[in-house]
Amino acid sequence: MKSLTFKGGIHPRYNKDISIREPLKEAGLPDKVVIPLSQHIGAPCQSIVKKGDIVEEGAFIGKSDSFISGFVHSSVSGKVIDVKKTDHPSLGLTLSVIIERDKAAKPKVYSEVNIAGLSSKDLIDKVRQAGIVGMGGAAFPTHVKLSVPEGKKIETLIINGAECEPFLTCDHILMIKNTEEILKGIDLVINILKPIRTYIAIEENKKAAIFAFLKAIRKAPDLAVSKINVVSLKTKYPQGGEKQLIKAITGREVPPGGLPMDIGCLVQNVGTVKAIYDAVFLNKPLTERVVTVSGDAVGKPGNYIVKIGTTIKELLEKSGINLAKEPKKIIAGGPMTGFAQVGMDAPVVKGTSGILFFSESYTKVFSEGNCIKCAKCVDVCPVNLSPTEIMKAVSKEKLEKVEELFVSDCMECGACAYVCPARIPLVHYIKEGKEALRKKAK
Amino acid sequence: MSKLTINCSPHIVSPVDTRSMMRDVIVALIPAAIAGLYFFRTKALTVIICSVLGCILTEAFLQKIRKKPVMINDYSAFLTGILLALVLPPAIPLWMAFLGGVFAMSLGKDIFGGLGYNIFNPALLARAFLMAAFPVALTTWTAPITLDTITTATPLGLAKFAHTVTPYSQLFIGSVGGCVGETSAIALLIGAAYLFYKKVIDYRIPASYILTVTVFVAITYFISPAKYVPPVFHLLAGGLLLGAFFMATDPVTSPVTKKGRWVFGIGCGIITMTVRLWGGLPEGVMYSILLMNACTPLINRATRPRRFGAVKGKKSK
Repeated sequence: MKSLTFKGGIHPRYNKDISIREPLKEAGLPDKVVIPLSQHIGAPCQSIVKKGDIVEEGAFIGKSDSFISGFVHSSVSGKVIDVKKTDHPSLGLTLSVIIERDKAAKPKVYSEVNIAGLSSKDLIDKVRQAGIVGMGGAAFPTHVKLSVPEGKKIETLIINGAECEPFLTCDHILMIKNTEEILKGIDLVINILKPIRTYIAIEENKKAAIFAFLKAIRKAPDLAVSKINVVSLKTKYPQGGEKQLIKAITGREVPPGGLPMDIGCLVQNVGTVKAIYDAVFLNKPLTERVVTVSGDAVGKPGNYIVKIGTTIKELLEKSGINLAKEPKKIIAGGPMTGFAQVGMDAPVVKGTSGILFFSESYTKVFSEGNCIKCAKCVDVCPVNLSPTEIMKAVSKEKLEKVEELFVSDCMECGACAYVCPARIPLVHYIKEGKEALRKKAK
Repeated sequence: MSKLTINCSPHIVSPVDTRSMMRDVIVALIPAAIAGLYFFRTKALTVIICSVLGCILTEAFLQKIRKKPVMINDYSAFLTGILLALVLPPAIPLWMAFLGGVFAMSLGKDIFGGLGYNIFNPALLARAFLMAAFPVALTTWTAPITLDTITTATPLGLAKFAHTVTPYSQLFIGSVGGCVGETSAIALLIGAAYLFYKKVIDYRIPASYILTVTVFVAITYFISPAKYVPPVFHLLAGGLLLGAFFMATDPVTSPVTKKGRWVFGIGCGIITMTVRLWGGLPEGVMYSILLMNACTPLINRATRPRRFGAVKGKKSK
């Protein structure tokens, strides 16, 4: 099998072996959950519960009239003890529903339902009701993505199992453990979108997942998925970026400011597809996800099925995860694009793929040196930008220049800052540049 | 729990930093320096010491009086010192070598704002200055091993003014007259191989530079073999290899775009050969690189990569 890839990118140390050795475990149930009403791109939900309400596992607690939004459900049965602003792993203080778990309540059991006769519209509505958002990290509402506007046709559907962020193995383990569910989920997506071609794209360092799909596809001749292609990708960051993935597989480039559907493509993460399966076949809303707990400060890194809203602190306590070293940095997400946490009070949300604990060997503070124009950042940029020039334009506050250098095309993958030998925080400068342009536009 | 570190992503960095890159280039120059020490003995050693001291002391002094952190441990001044020494004649008066170092760091680098801001390669700029100020000292050569003083006896000089072609084996090993570190092709090639292995330099500039020289000389040789010398001679003689692998690839003064690096190398090749074949001087590597350094900002602007996803000829917002 020939591996496909894109131009640019980096090869950091992957550190994935440390968390993939352990089997997938259920995290211990938390005493309380903190469920933010905004876990997605789009309009935040309004709380439909108030302090003192009794809620059941899987019940709605947040809804929005806006189409571009993701409904929020309670991940446990219990009592609402507060609705207030709390720490969010990536958004700072955010309005959240705090629920105390009723320890006597039995966990809800979901069983497969008959889905015969459901139309595409019904399927998309089930996805919406289940509050599914993109689980690769961006958290864009999935029902919106599946509702392709009139006149647009999806020709190529790509299921993203690249998982290019170092340390993270949540998608990898899911692809091995839930291969059949994912295939059934893909089948649903194919039924909704009717693409001409469908690919499951996996980096070549996840051979076990590639073989699991090849085997499962052979065993499922009755599904539409029997005709899909499993493609191997070169192990390179950011291979799992939507635009890079499309480029690697189809050779086409998403136009600047455009969407994959503009060139007939649509990408769904494997975790999202599994959630679609749960929503449609089990009527199960998105109330839990697989989270990689790793980093050099963790004694035994592994993957856990975690209730949405479990705080980092309770994730450690209730699952018996020991910290071998004192953490000096805690990250929600992967080390390339994840968010450094101020403490352990932020909860796991729908887009949280990992919680990483790093000791001081990862927190060395570098002083920013002079740019020596080595152009490593230019060479690795997967979208042909010149980060060094953007950095200089931003620090000189030349906004027209910043715009002219297409700062808006940057997806902040961090490859430039990773390779910079002068340790210039290029992503920081780029974010600053985008922010300044946003302010100017107002 | 103690205080957590908060910063912008990414949270991991490549092990390569500016210091290690500079160190790798210095390591890559060791074979050429050893060849220089072997052929020119103590003369080479003292020139290297004086040039390096000139650079390091000047850099430290200027950073001190400008109240900037003294960064001499980033190896960049040390590297400039070695590069300068390697392009000086072994018999140059030592104070001139020291002065060259002072010039390289002050007017070649610090005046522009320090590391990363200079327009010209500091070592070459210093050499150009010495060449203009002390033309005799800069063209007085030493015979290898015997250390006899000779005049206009570098292989390029011999080819140009006496039409004598030095045997390739001597050029390859380096037992000919010339600058401290430029004579031995094999030593320079070993160093270049190390730079490629360590991924410190990109192949585009040396490849396009050397290819251009080869094509250029091949054409002239094809037209008039009696008047011109064969391409291999021009590749091995003079400062071409040192210039192509170690000077033209200086990140600060060469283009950041891939296409730009091709343009830069081709430009260097054309200027070098124009000077060598038809100019008043036997060697043109230094001027070619300095001239192309001046063109670098322009090349960068003209060779910006195509915007990802943009269709040629179609304007997109």
